[in-house]
Amino acid sequence: MSMENSKTSIFKKVLMALSGLFLLIFLLQHFIINFLSVINPDAFNDVSHFMGTNPLIQFIMQPILMLGVVLHLVMGVVIEQRNRAARPIKYAYNKPDKNSSWMSRNMIITGVMVILFLGLHFYDFWLPEIKTKFIDGDFSGKLAGAEGYRYFTELQHKFMSPVRIIIYCLAFVFLALHLLHGFQSAFQTVGLNHNKYTPTIKKIGNLYAVLIPLGFIFIAVFHFINASH
Amino acid sequence: MSTEKGLNITLKVWRQKNAQAKGQLDTYEMKDVSPNNSFLEMLDILNDDLINQGDNPVAFDHDCREGICGACSLHINGEPHGPGRNVTTCQLHMREFQDGETIYIEPFRAKAFPVIKDLIVDRSALDRIQHAGGYISVNTSGNTQDANAIPIEKENADKAFDAATCIGCGACVAACKNASASLFVSAKVSQFALLPQGQVEAKDRVLNMVKQAEAEGFGPCSNTGACEIECPKGISIENIARMNREFLSASLTK
Repeated sequence: MSMENSKTSIFKKVLMALSGLFLLIFLLQHFIINFLSVINPDAFNDVSHFMGTNPLIQFIMQPILMLGVVLHLVMGVVIEQRNRAARPIKYAYNKPDKNSSWMSRNMIITGVMVILFLGLHFYDFWLPEIKTKFIDGDFSGKLAGAEGYRYFTELQHKFMSPVRIIIYCLAFVFLALHLLHGFQSAFQTVGLNHNKYTPTIKKIGNLYAVLIPLGFIFIAVFHFINASH
Repeated sequence: MSTEKGLNITLKVWRQKNAQAKGQLDTYEMKDVSPNNSFLEMLDILNDDLINQGDNPVAFDHDCREGICGACSLHINGEPHGPGRNVTTCQLHMREFQDGETIYIEPFRAKAFPVIKDLIVDRSALDRIQHAGGYISVNTSGNTQDANAIPIEKENADKAFDAATCIGCGACVAACKNASASLFVSAKVSQFALLPQGQVEAKDRVLNMVKQAEAEGFGPCSNTGACEIECPKGISIENIARMNREFLSASLTK
């Protein structure tokens, strides 16, 4: 691949699509683990401890995930700049709803909302984990004097705040809007579009985009209601 | 002869003296417009009136008026080629509009389509993309092989033909929120990529055409699908996926 080819928008869009598909896989496993907190708190604790202490996940998968997020974000901003530069004078009267969906036209808005949420999410869960493990040096996964792992208790504690629950729910609505376009768009960008399978990809994409965010909302609301009783 | 009632409409037309001038929307009232007039005929009537009044007529592109040349453009009521589907502006008729309606007419907007005057934009950027690779080199020494002698799968022949129906009007660019020419470029790439005659220059073709489109200032593709909805020839974004495939595979070795 020459440098010249990698400067094109198609190349950047492909990086965007591949990192997006990777993040979709990550999100699915994140959902499955979170859902364990609803059906089996002990299993949730065990898996959380494994994910938080396994060197392969911590030092290989986690940096790859970070890279995926950063790549998706940086490419998104670069492409958005090119998008805007291509039409310096806007239409005085325009009816984009006649030919395209709101989701497809506003990926930057829904994307920025998701990244803002990710900031809060890191503040809530990731930074305290880093502090506990790498600053305090505590890899036990347990609170002082407690028997079981701390992860489920911490999760419940975070989901006691109604403000946080509302922000979480809103963030997942934006994520759903992002994925309603993003899922099938990623396949189109990498060149996969055929009558044989594209209708199925679109159906799976719509199901994923609605069910997974809805599942995350359910988990948050479930723990909020449980905690307040 | 039709006895349908004439339409009274208000036009908001983009007027711009030249490429450097700052344009604006001017208002014109049209009385008793026949619903059977094509949109361009309606503009002809407006121009007759303007000339009779000693004003400058509205400049707009047109040629065959049969929907096959790609000369007419116009962004009408927020859509390229107006509210119709699979039609160019010249095939749009006034019966699509309501009595008393206000119709906005603007030029196709894109950095790569600078306004020349009023509603006319310079679409030569599309020509330059074609020059970058939208062809096959054929030796015309007199002993050229008969194209029909090469067997081609029916499905591919149909798809190549569908792609080749692109008239290069630029509606895809005008409709796209990023003023991307991806549908145009992909149609021109696909019509050759699907045929054996196109294979020899396939790699250089897609790389050069994509790069030329970027150099002209067309934007990236966001897969909104607006282009295929507004394309007067109904060209599918399946072609864009094919262009991306071609581009990626060509990039591996070039």
